[in-house]
Amino acid sequence: MGMSTRGKVGWLIATLLVLVWSLFPVFSILMTSFKTQDGLFSGTLLPPEWTFENYAEILAPGGSAQDLFLPALRNSIGISLISTFIAVVLATFCAYAIARLDFRGKKLILTSALAVSVFPVVSIVTPLFNLWRSVGLYDTWAGLIIPYLSLTLPISIWTLSAFFRQIPWELEQAAQVDGATPFVAFRKAVVPLAAPGVFTSAIIAFFIAWNDFVYGISLTSTTAARPVPAALSFFTGASQFEEPTGAISAAAIVVTVPVVVVVLIFQRRIVSGLTQGAVKG
Amino acid sequence: MSAPTTTEARAHGRRRKRGSDRARSEARLGWWLAGPAFGLMLLVTLYPILQATYDSLFSLRLTAPDEREFVGIENYAVILTDWAFWRSMLVTLFITVVTVAIELVLGFALAMIMHRAITRLRGIIRTAILVPYGIITVVSAFAFFYAFDINTGYINSWFNWVPGIDESFNWFAQQWPSLFVIILSEVWKTTPFISLLLLAGLAQVPGELEEAAKVDGAKGWQVLRKVTLPNMKAAIMVAVLFRALEAFRIFDNVFIMTGGANNTEVLSLLAYNTSIGRLEIGMGSAISVLLFLSVLVISFIAIKGFRVDLSGTRGEN
Amino acid sequence: MASITLDNVVKTYPDGFTAVRGVDLDIADGEFVILVGPSGCGKSTLLRMIVGLEDITEGELRIGDEVVNDKAPRDRNLAMVFQNYALYPHLTVYENIAFPLRLNKGEFTDTEIDERVRNASALLELDEHLERKPANLSGGQRQRVAMGRAIVRNAQAFLFDEPLSNLDAKLRGQMRTEIARLQRNLGTTTVYVTHDQTEAMTLGDRVAVLRRGELQQVASPRGLYEQPTNLFVAGFIGSPPMNFLPAKVEGDSLRLPTFEVPMDDRLKRAVGDRDVLIVGVRPDAFEDTDIMQETKEGLTFEVEVDVTEWLGEVLYAYVPFEASSEVNKQLEELDRDLDGESMRPQLVVALDATSQVRAGDVAELWLSPDSLYVFDPETGENLTRDEATAEKLEEEARDQRARALERAKQRREKARTQEGSAA
Repeated sequence: MGMSTRGKVGWLIATLLVLVWSLFPVFSILMTSFKTQDGLFSGTLLPPEWTFENYAEILAPGGSAQDLFLPALRNSIGISLISTFIAVVLATFCAYAIARLDFRGKKLILTSALAVSVFPVVSIVTPLFNLWRSVGLYDTWAGLIIPYLSLTLPISIWTLSAFFRQIPWELEQAAQVDGATPFVAFRKAVVPLAAPGVFTSAIIAFFIAWNDFVYGISLTSTTAARPVPAALSFFTGASQFEEPTGAISAAAIVVTVPVVVVVLIFQRRIVSGLTQGAVKG
Repeated sequence: MSAPTTTEARAHGRRRKRGSDRARSEARLGWWLAGPAFGLMLLVTLYPILQATYDSLFSLRLTAPDEREFVGIENYAVILTDWAFWRSMLVTLFITVVTVAIELVLGFALAMIMHRAITRLRGIIRTAILVPYGIITVVSAFAFFYAFDINTGYINSWFNWVPGIDESFNWFAQQWPSLFVIILSEVWKTTPFISLLLLAGLAQVPGELEEAAKVDGAKGWQVLRKVTLPNMKAAIMVAVLFRALEAFRIFDNVFIMTGGANNTEVLSLLAYNTSIGRLEIGMGSAISVLLFLSVLVISFIAIKGFRVDLSGTRGEN
Repeated sequence: MASITLDNVVKTYPDGFTAVRGVDLDIADGEFVILVGPSGCGKSTLLRMIVGLEDITEGELRIGDEVVNDKAPRDRNLAMVFQNYALYPHLTVYENIAFPLRLNKGEFTDTEIDERVRNASALLELDEHLERKPANLSGGQRQRVAMGRAIVRNAQAFLFDEPLSNLDAKLRGQMRTEIARLQRNLGTTTVYVTHDQTEAMTLGDRVAVLRRGELQQVASPRGLYEQPTNLFVAGFIGSPPMNFLPAKVEGDSLRLPTFEVPMDDRLKRAVGDRDVLIVGVRPDAFEDTDIMQETKEGLTFEVEVDVTEWLGEVLYAYVPFEASSEVNKQLEELDRDLDGESMRPQLVVALDATSQVRAGDVAELWLSPDSLYVFDPETGENLTRDEATAEKLEEEARDQRARALERAKQRREKARTQEGSAA
């Protein structure tokens, strides 16, 4: 298609609109994180006075929210990583079997994964709350990792099955015919093709675990296991008369920046992962 | 797509002699590999919902754990005759319908932009819309909350020319303005997902069809309405179902912005407040079960009533 | 129905690639013109510019007397059959054919639409499939539905984009004759893109040969075969393709790798003062002297046969030759343009099927010097082309065409009067 100047301007405007729409709330909270206590009430988007004191509150020793935020960050990273790892390892075996082997129940597994992924989280949380208190898992990492699997496992099974279905498995046989042992054939022919899918599923599963709020706020009570989203709602000001707005905004930015970086680097893969799982590829 | 075809072809050939040693050992290996993931997935969802169903038949408060008493369906009777429950149901349904409707239009517009854009712009747009997808919902909730808040916000001073909005307008003191901001945040956060699903659906409509329609004399909107949309109906239905079920579970945005005040309490929040907040486990479990049943009903209506073909979502056929 | 005129049409893509470089082409009302060439020659781009799916960078496109460069496809009133047919999968066969008629509300009544769809379906023998969906049709049936959608709206011209390339060989032959019959009966101006020279030669009143976005020659099939303007057209038209041999002038004769040709007046005129040339000879110009009925005037020479293929109606013999020569570069480039894979050079000889020549034999072959073409090694120009003969071939083709159209018109009128009297 030849592009007229008018067409170019139109595209530019459309792209700009999308960029503003997608990034404005992030920008908004970024600006809030640079506001001073007085600046919070300025009624403007940009801070009248710029300050880093909010970041000091959550990161520097002695900051008012530091003892809330740093443990929460550690909990979030640890719990999300572990539950993602378990889910992706188990889902890889599962998806391999679904894509590669003939057995009854494949459809059942995939349908269950779909059903679990739309399961209302709150319905699970009440019985777990009760049970965890009696078995001692309340307010522990394990007490969150287990329910997080209900978030990370279905999406991993789903996405990985879609990825694995597209791998030309004949390559493995070709490598064996060419003289490779089954293990070498798997390692040299299949792993390089499967690795991007596994990696992408891991990113998506991690995003979902990282995003959790319901489990985080219901199944924890102290900094021992409370993840960031839940911790944000427990922030208080440095004194009774101060708003926690600045500190919350700074903390929000700290946990958002890594996500933006990952999205920037892996956008193509994430998109293919999200859509392959959902629409036939 | 050649791999699945051959696998299926082989599978067919084998099915005829099911029961052969080879087939049996393959099925065994399949379950050994798939079983742990499948079992664990069911364990962490099926067990709690069964436990919740059981608990819902008891009167049980953690404040007085010894007064546990079997009451049958009394909890359900209490809930179903309480206006608070139905108000939550209506608010949740309202949010679900409005959110999904807006997202469908907005997501389709985004998908069209990405579909038509030249490669370089498409990359930029795709990256931009993935940012809301990746951001924690709670962060999105705070971002919108602070922007609209009467103390820390700037929206009031930006839009004070709009009748009814001035510096003293408190968005979170009334039901409708609160719902407006809640829906805005929800739409912002989840439109990317629906637009990516729709984009994948768009990409499956062969470009030749749209060209043929143009040559046949169709105007731009006729091409869209008569050729493009009918051919991505499956993708649209799947996207709507997924998003509707997700929106029905809405919790984070409401919790952060209003905590359920001013008649904005959604079902998830009602369940949470009952069991975790007031420690009424029996009653909370009953609400949880009702929430779960609602999701089942919505899915059933969508799949049977609107013939949403989920097999299309699974890379099958 | 209308004529289509291309006036120095150019297509340059935003990335700077020029797919079509100044094509001039006059397509007469009712004419069947083929655009043919190897992949990437710009033939599809040209077709898509005519129908309006690609913008025209430079030049002018007229349908009838009207310049349509800036018109949207829907305002050009052309019908197109796509390579993959582009049938609307959500509509029945009936609704697919009716689709163009339903777009302007109020233009046609339901009865008019029904009548037109049923006429088209009767013509294409689709009556029993009208309520089916495209997914349940065979390749040939889909092809016919696509044609039905094209003919139903009395478009000014039909455009075909490689419509038979997805069919198997047998069906392709049937559909080819079907398209030819339909076009003769309707007398609608038709532009047809293909890379298949059999389709080009059998369907077209005239064939336009394209190479790298440039028009090489526009002529009747016979004109292209017998009087090609250059090396490319000569090599593209004909199957198996024309043999090209490097030649050196030695005194009064031309030295070729496998034999020597004494130059007569025709060849001398063609060669002029050049000393290196490319000589072209069609495989069927050769004969096996062992089974020749009578002695004819011409050259005889012996060759060593490497491989033979007996196909029932013909015997192909392959004769390798050494090709170290100045014209190699030109021949290799030609090979690339023709989508070939540079293999070692060999002469392809088509002999009568009764010939006893087999692999490894030394065979004596006969050849008339009149059947030789001589090409300039630099420009590729056909030096033996005879303009007078070429013009005569075109005239004959025009006459045949006019007669065919007249017959079709009479048939149509007769059918109409019969219909009238029946009613």
